[in-house]
Amino acid sequence: MSDILVSEQSAPGSGGSGRPSGRLLEVDDLRVEFRTRDGVAKVINGVTYHVDAGETLAVLGESGSGKSVTAQTIMGILDTPPGFVTGGQVRFHGKDMLGMSSEERRRIRGEGIAMIFQDALSALNPVFTVGFQIAEQFRIRRGMGRAEAKKRAIDMLDQVKIPNAKGRFNNYPHQFSGGMRQRAMIAMSLALDPEVLIADEPTTALDVTVQAQIMDLLAELQRERQMGMILITHDLGVVADVADRIAVMYAGRIVEEADVYDLYAKPAHPYTIGLIDSIPRMDEKGQQLRTIKGLPPNLMNIPPGCPFNPRCPMAQPVCREKVPPLLQVGSGRASACHFAEELVNRD
Amino acid sequence: MGRYLLRRLLQLVPVFIGTTFLIYWLVWAVPGDPFAGKCGERRCPDQYIAFMTDKYHLDQNVFVQYANYMKNLLQGDFGQTFSQQEISDIIATAYPNTLKLALVALAIEAVVGLGAGVLTGLRRNGFLDNLVLVSTLFLIALPVFVVGFVLQWLLGVQWHIVKPTVSSEMRWSELIVPGFVLGSASVAYIARVARTSIAENRRADYVRTAIAKGLPMRRVVGVHLLRNSLIPVVTLLGTDLGALMGGAIVTEGIFQINGIGRSVYRAIVTKESATVVGIVVILVLVYLVMNLLVDLLYAALDPRIRYE
Repeated sequence: MSDILVSEQSAPGSGGSGRPSGRLLEVDDLRVEFRTRDGVAKVINGVTYHVDAGETLAVLGESGSGKSVTAQTIMGILDTPPGFVTGGQVRFHGKDMLGMSSEERRRIRGEGIAMIFQDALSALNPVFTVGFQIAEQFRIRRGMGRAEAKKRAIDMLDQVKIPNAKGRFNNYPHQFSGGMRQRAMIAMSLALDPEVLIADEPTTALDVTVQAQIMDLLAELQRERQMGMILITHDLGVVADVADRIAVMYAGRIVEEADVYDLYAKPAHPYTIGLIDSIPRMDEKGQQLRTIKGLPPNLMNIPPGCPFNPRCPMAQPVCREKVPPLLQVGSGRASACHFAEELVNRD
Repeated sequence: MGRYLLRRLLQLVPVFIGTTFLIYWLVWAVPGDPFAGKCGERRCPDQYIAFMTDKYHLDQNVFVQYANYMKNLLQGDFGQTFSQQEISDIIATAYPNTLKLALVALAIEAVVGLGAGVLTGLRRNGFLDNLVLVSTLFLIALPVFVVGFVLQWLLGVQWHIVKPTVSSEMRWSELIVPGFVLGSASVAYIARVARTSIAENRRADYVRTAIAKGLPMRRVVGVHLLRNSLIPVVTLLGTDLGALMGGAIVTEGIFQINGIGRSVYRAIVTKESATVVGIVVILVLVYLVMNLLVDLLYAALDPRIRYE
């Protein structure tokens, strides 16, 4: 049964309500708000990005910038209430997922778009073995028998380079180390061969040495399987080696999007400049670390004009009046700053 | 695991001796004359009193009596009543009836309590949630005999849906209403514990993962969420079996069930200490064994718990 559904999904642009664009996954002017007792927090205010097969998009931003909420909305696992989608589309193969029935969306999860989470210890079910949780995908979603599902699950554990995969099959999550747990999580999310993988801060909870191993593994699997990958992170260092493009988020908006090289070489938004400047550098040993002054805005009361203006060293009167739209600056890059042209054209 | 089990079984010994002695001593300390009214209007003949006193060691102190009693008990001899009836016979007729009633009550608790808890835990603050909260509060607040008499009168006498009393055959179908009465307060507690547990766990990360895997909702809830939420419910259910059997006295009275409640009551009134102790000793055993089972079940439900 699921095979029929897969082929139906894979037909590009089949009967979507949006414009068929041939993109694998597109987020288009997405708006999400959280309705809480204290008021309405506008968490996502018109986010637009896309990812194609075989490419990695890094979504960069501070805590509360809306990067995880965007991912949860794509997956359809947003907590409602308090979270409500108030506008925009999420198109998978050109078809708007927000208008689909919950059953249609469920079938896309894991098979079309899969997700791995930050803390694998709490994200894996503590009372079932790791093997069970991977094999479950084959048994429930693919209708395989126990023995075959187990074989496939062990094969998945092998693919994410867990030593002695066969022996580890019957272990519980708490018997794994942090890095191994995240590998198991990756194996589980890739079991159904998804076209898009969303990795929500996959290395934040790990030791630095293990972080690099997990990022390498993700990059390798993404290349091998030609997946589209959305890598959500707040760590600029993690992004550089893995990502093709970077989207920088601030206060529920994309403030800059560019190729990795362009972005590092010549950031076109003062916020990106601040982020890059705040990376600790070996050649500046002994000097004070640079930070971006101030705090992200209260999402229940976003300041008028550019949301970054209270913290921006370049702020002018216009920044307090007009919201800068995300506009093309140069080839293949965009910035939401009134002075983007000046920033790109400086030496 | 084997060593843990051995240690737990050894721990049962002092607990068993302590509780049974306490019961023995309490019954022994109740004032009154065991020969009062034994021989009709007249006082019992001295010869008879001397014979019985010697046979049952009635002139000895409580420790010697208890030691004698336990010695016989360990050989499977529960002793006899003053009227020469074997106490093991009383137990053999009364216990299965009470056990049957308690099991029905337990099943109702598990099905109704857990069902209501899961449904309301998933959808808090809805109509059903408020209905369950109010009705459980009602059941907890009402004494068992009120629930019992009201249901007996309504269902049995007014509407003739069931027979008002249970026949001596103790058919399962006859036990549904008495079982509900016996378990009424516990059903309410189970529903509330399950509701809290489900509501707490349903926002857990692993539930979100299960949804993100694209599993059908009934599997997310029925397997991933339920298994984690069952732990406190199982504890409550397990320890409740003993409480249900011990607490069956009122329900048995209302529905005319010949169980241990009525036997104990009769034995206390007639100061048949051996009968009281015999019945309660088995009740203590049920408690102890159920507690041990619950502890072992913990490990089965939550692999993070290890017994060393």
